[in-house]
Amino acid sequence: MSERTANRTFDIVTTILVAVAVLLCLAPFIHILSISFSSNRAITSGEVTLFPVDFNLKAYGKVFSDMSMIRSLGFTVMLTVITTVLSMLMTMIAAYPLTKKNLKGRKTIMFMIVVTMFFSGGIIPEYILVRDLHLLNNMWSLILPGLISPFYLIILISFFNGIPESLGEAAEIDGSSQFGTLIRIVLPLSLPVLATLSLFYGVGRWNGFQDTLMYIQNPDLFPLQLKLYQMIQNNMVSELSRLEGASGAKITPEGLKAASVIFATVPILLVYPWLQRYFVSGVMLGAVKG
Amino acid sequence: MKGNVYFRRYWQLYALLVLPLAYFIVFKYGPMWGVQIAFKDFNFFQGITGSEWIGFDAFREVFRMDDFYRTLRNTIVLNLLDLLVSFPAPLVLAILLYELKVVWFKKLSQTILYIPHFISWVIIGGIVYQVFGTQSGMINNVLTSIGFQAIPFLTDKNDWVITYLLTGVWQSAGWGTILYLAALTGINRELFEAAEVDGAGRMKRIWHITIPGMKTTIATLLIINLGNMITIGFDRPYVIGNVAVRDYSDVLSTFVYRIGMESGQYTLATVVGLFQAVVGLIFVLGANYASKKLTDESIM
Repeated sequence: MSERTANRTFDIVTTILVAVAVLLCLAPFIHILSISFSSNRAITSGEVTLFPVDFNLKAYGKVFSDMSMIRSLGFTVMLTVITTVLSMLMTMIAAYPLTKKNLKGRKTIMFMIVVTMFFSGGIIPEYILVRDLHLLNNMWSLILPGLISPFYLIILISFFNGIPESLGEAAEIDGSSQFGTLIRIVLPLSLPVLATLSLFYGVGRWNGFQDTLMYIQNPDLFPLQLKLYQMIQNNMVSELSRLEGASGAKITPEGLKAASVIFATVPILLVYPWLQRYFVSGVMLGAVKG
Repeated sequence: MKGNVYFRRYWQLYALLVLPLAYFIVFKYGPMWGVQIAFKDFNFFQGITGSEWIGFDAFREVFRMDDFYRTLRNTIVLNLLDLLVSFPAPLVLAILLYELKVVWFKKLSQTILYIPHFISWVIIGGIVYQVFGTQSGMINNVLTSIGFQAIPFLTDKNDWVITYLLTGVWQSAGWGTILYLAALTGINRELFEAAEVDGAGRMKRIWHITIPGMKTTIATLLIINLGNMITIGFDRPYVIGNVAVRDYSDVLSTFVYRIGMESGQYTLATVVGLFQAVVGLIFVLGANYASKKLTDESIM
């Protein structure tokens, strides 16, 4: 085999392997998508694998006519937006002062923050704190406890540190206040990392589950993940009860469940491509410096 | 007056720090203060300060519980198996992606491979059910239609572990390539050209240039993973686990949730949480120390 054919073969093999990985990555989504567009009869008889059978939109009709589902989506969107904005604001105002080397007490504060990355009180003391603050069954219980991620804060600090200090000093000589320097010079230069961290905060809130399970009992305040979990849980129960020959569990039709899963995934898939080019560089930055 | 000048110049910075620091004190240090529940007979009506001290009684009780050892074992075993299966996957994938010459295909593949990382475990749980379910899952439908027996992926303990591991690979393999690819961008392309001139084939170049280029990243990630041996996320085992496989799926974080939030045994749950936090801290510090020794790079 000549060297050129060897090279060609190698290229073809790697391309095929990556294509297989991509397909394996997509297959479950395609399956769920097909389920959501298929008739219940086709789903239960196991005819649906990668293409819809008896194409119909009934499941989506149900999802979109279920007011509690729409309200949950609205609530989750609002929750995600508020969390992302507040988290970013807090992270930015915390990061900027901590880049000033001659700030008195900086090392102590940094130490205080880093400690929280490696040691925490655990979920029970957190739950009791939230309860004592009267935040149970309140959307703020899902926003405040995770307001600043120490890890993201440190990524932002190291990014700010990469901005030449002379820029800030020049602005100061020109009479700019610290706020002014932060808003007019530092932040505009940090857009890629700000976009990355926003995506991470946003996705974290959108996908957050354990805290919703712990703090929210009122169905009017159920975020999507909690609603979805209950649907899926019903399924597990039914699968188990079928196994044991018993029944009586409330079964959500497969199609409806699939449509709900798609319904909760689409918003992320919509913002994701716009932010991807930022977060790749953002992650690398965190990896190299953080 | 020197202090005054300093303050006049820097008060704005301290003003910026007020809210973030208040956040850390209330929401991060508050729960640390609450850890004393582990040493108290906690009662909601008397509150944290009002409850009675009981010393290490709750610890003794926890260390006598079979469930504690079972969840500890599950945490470590699941993490170790996950490391074995999920660790090499992104490495291999990164090498393959790095070898791709067609830029648009490479970019497209990366975009798609990252997506599962952004999907919540609840949704993955829903997908897992549809794909692995015994009665109506996609895989079992295919298996039974070609005459095989259905595999109880979700209800048999050993099969469940396979499901757990596969979902981990699916969720994280693509995302894991980012750090390796970042490391590979640092490789001098001339090395490849020189190797080609010397007659090294593609496999040889991967073995002698690409893999060594990722060595530090591999070592660091391996150490981080070992440092996290005792910590385990809540969502994944909780969502994918179920009553039938609880002997294997119950881990420390779900155990804390179960005895604390579901049974209201706050003191015992805090003890388990504290155990996990302290042992986890020791592991992480040990990992950081090892990382410093071996790779000259500390994680912190």
